Amino acid sequence: MFNHGIIEKSTPLMLLLILLSLGIGGMVQIIPLFKVESTIEPVSGMRPYSPLEQIGRNIYMREGCYNCHSQQVRPFRDEVDRYGHYSLAAEGIYDYPFLWGSKRTGPDLARVGGKYSNEWHAAHLRNPQAVLPESIMPDYAFLERPLDYDDIELHMRTLRFVGVPYSDADIEAARDDIVAQAVPLIGDTTALRERYAGAPLGPFTGPDEEVTEMDAMIAYLQVLGTMVDFTSFDPDTMLQGQEVGR
Amino acid sequence: MSAQAVATSAGSTETAARPLTYADDAIRLFTIATVLWAFVGMAAGVFIAAQLAFPWLNFHEWVNFGRFRPVHTSGVILGFGGNALLATSYYVVQRTCQTRLFGPNWFHILQFWLFQVVLLSAAGSYVLGFTQSKEYAEPEWVFDILITVWWVSYLVVYVGTLVKRKEPHIYVANWFFLAYIVAVAMLHTVNNISIPISLFSMHSYSVYSGVQSAMIQWWYGHNMVGFFLTAGFIGIMYYFVPKQAERPIYSYRLSIVHFWALIFLYIWAGPHHLHYTALPDWAQTLGVVFSVMLWMPSWGGMVNGIMTLSGAWHKLRTDPIMRFLVVAVAFYGMSTFEGPLMSIKEVNALSHYTDWTVGHVHSGALGWVAFVAFGAIYYLVPRLWRRTMHSVALIEVHFWLASIGILLYITAMWVSGITQGLMWRTYDENGFLLYTFSDTVAMLHPYYVTRFLGGVLYLTGVVVMMYNLFRTVTGPIVARTSPTMSAPQAGLTPAE
Repeated sequence: MFNHGIIEKSTPLMLLLILLSLGIGGMVQIIPLFKVESTIEPVSGMRPYSPLEQIGRNIYMREGCYNCHSQQVRPFRDEVDRYGHYSLAAEGIYDYPFLWGSKRTGPDLARVGGKYSNEWHAAHLRNPQAVLPESIMPDYAFLERPLDYDDIELHMRTLRFVGVPYSDADIEAARDDIVAQAVPLIGDTTALRERYAGAPLGPFTGPDEEVTEMDAMIAYLQVLGTMVDFTSFDPDTMLQGQEVGR
Repeated sequence: MSAQAVATSAGSTETAARPLTYADDAIRLFTIATVLWAFVGMAAGVFIAAQLAFPWLNFHEWVNFGRFRPVHTSGVILGFGGNALLATSYYVVQRTCQTRLFGPNWFHILQFWLFQVVLLSAAGSYVLGFTQSKEYAEPEWVFDILITVWWVSYLVVYVGTLVKRKEPHIYVANWFFLAYIVAVAMLHTVNNISIPISLFSMHSYSVYSGVQSAMIQWWYGHNMVGFFLTAGFIGIMYYFVPKQAERPIYSYRLSIVHFWALIFLYIWAGPHHLHYTALPDWAQTLGVVFSVMLWMPSWGGMVNGIMTLSGAWHKLRTDPIMRFLVVAVAFYGMSTFEGPLMSIKEVNALSHYTDWTVGHVHSGALGWVAFVAFGAIYYLVPRLWRRTMHSVALIEVHFWLASIGILLYITAMWVSGITQGLMWRTYDENGFLLYTFSDTVAMLHPYYVTRFLGGVLYLTGVVVMMYNLFRTVTGPIVARTSPTMSAPQAGLTPAE
């Protein structure tokens, strides 16, 4: 009969066995996600965030929006009816880190892009209850202050280091692209959209030429869930076993 | 039970003085910090609960719900829970190893102050908008590095004490403490790998993206619950329940089986936070299977804790400290039944994204983690300060305020969560969704008010405890006994 006393009398042995017990589960679940190709579906349309969208995403994180809004539509009939196509793994490849959330105090935002006008978003962020009386969302009027993007190159280079394919030209044009996306009247939107296909264009918060934090936030919200081209997407090629349309 | 009896209940098991003194200075500090962080973390919780009922309370960007929620979660988990684990693990490891804490006294006190500085500055950084936006891993890279270094120093002190123990066996509470310290080191390091945009900026980017970052985050998040809030606190249970009950642990064999089963199975359960997402199905299925299996070792721990009272059940009637400890274990049993249930995909389809999850977390955090910590604190304070407990009646008051608070909280969240989940999926006869999202939010208001009231009751209990403990430590010293205390007789020499 095995005697547990041997383990109880040896600190190194106990440490070693604890490490073994703890290590196995994580390795089995995590390492294959980086190795198995079927983890991420082949889709067309995914592109890195434009500089303005990426800064908007950072503001979304800073304000803790993920605490109340999920970004992950599940493959159920009601969620597809309410929000749109269920979320794909491919849609997160440039999300460092994911923002799927775990609670819907407010609605899911994975496909909010293009659903409402820029004016609606600006009015809603300034005073949610004026647009939706039942809303319990804080107001974000304070986001109407100048956007600080002095370190945008540092952000893009770091993102490139971790895996986002920004080119040198993308980084060089970052400041121009921010202005072009927020204030299309004074910027080169053709060049912007060559780099970032289908980038949603301003004005987001009004006609003035100053780029604000709210501009960045709305640019991000308006691109959410709009990148993948679902006309060329065939779910049968990769959805073995996924439950669809409950 | 009289106040004197509470204060002297350890006296009966104390053995003759040996030339050994314990390093208790830092433990006294950690105990004080536990109580203060309980107040801070739970007051933050009451505040954000009020914001959901009364949204005008989001009056400034620093205290908006989104920035303030991490102050609540970090304040309770790391502040209250962390300090409680430090106080108890350092206390227990010395007694059960019959040796002084490894390392000089000043080092443990330095550890104490560094821990508080990191906690306070991390909380301040959330309010100012610095966050990695990963739940329970919000601190930015600067803090992550400090926490890593700090945690290694904790591991060294703990293992160092085990190595120089005078008892031949490592007592069961220490198995759980050791597993929690090792697991947290691993989880924290892997989940927080990120690249700062510059050495002079707080901002960093995670090296993981999308589905991989989701899996790693919930491997981390679930096991912070599994090891920080479960294994660590089971370590507390295995010392303080037998000591307070003055009975040996119910089953030595059960503690072996449930320890190894618990730490092996827990680590697999993370994917149940990602059901029906873009995470591959095989990973989700593993998450379900291991979560359901986890039910058994969890209940093994519950049975071992509660049955330790056999032959001493009358103490539940007379000793409010015993009641805190045993009701904690009962809540542990309930939460670890509800958890596997919610990890089943069909149940999760309804419960996920709703308040049901919030209620589940709080039955574990308020009912299990906090109750077992309160029991341990009430045990520790009279012994560490060599004072008589100021008022046993106030412990009783604390117990009932907290219990009623939890009931209000959990039932409100069950009803609001299940109702909202059902409303989201309701169709009318023409095949259209019956409710807008706004409809389902408007319905929540009375439940959010109820939850807020439950939180107020619970917090009031904490204030009663603070007062009671303050009066205790400022009261007269009762007995000039030797600080030497024996290891618990319980379980060290197993019955079989």
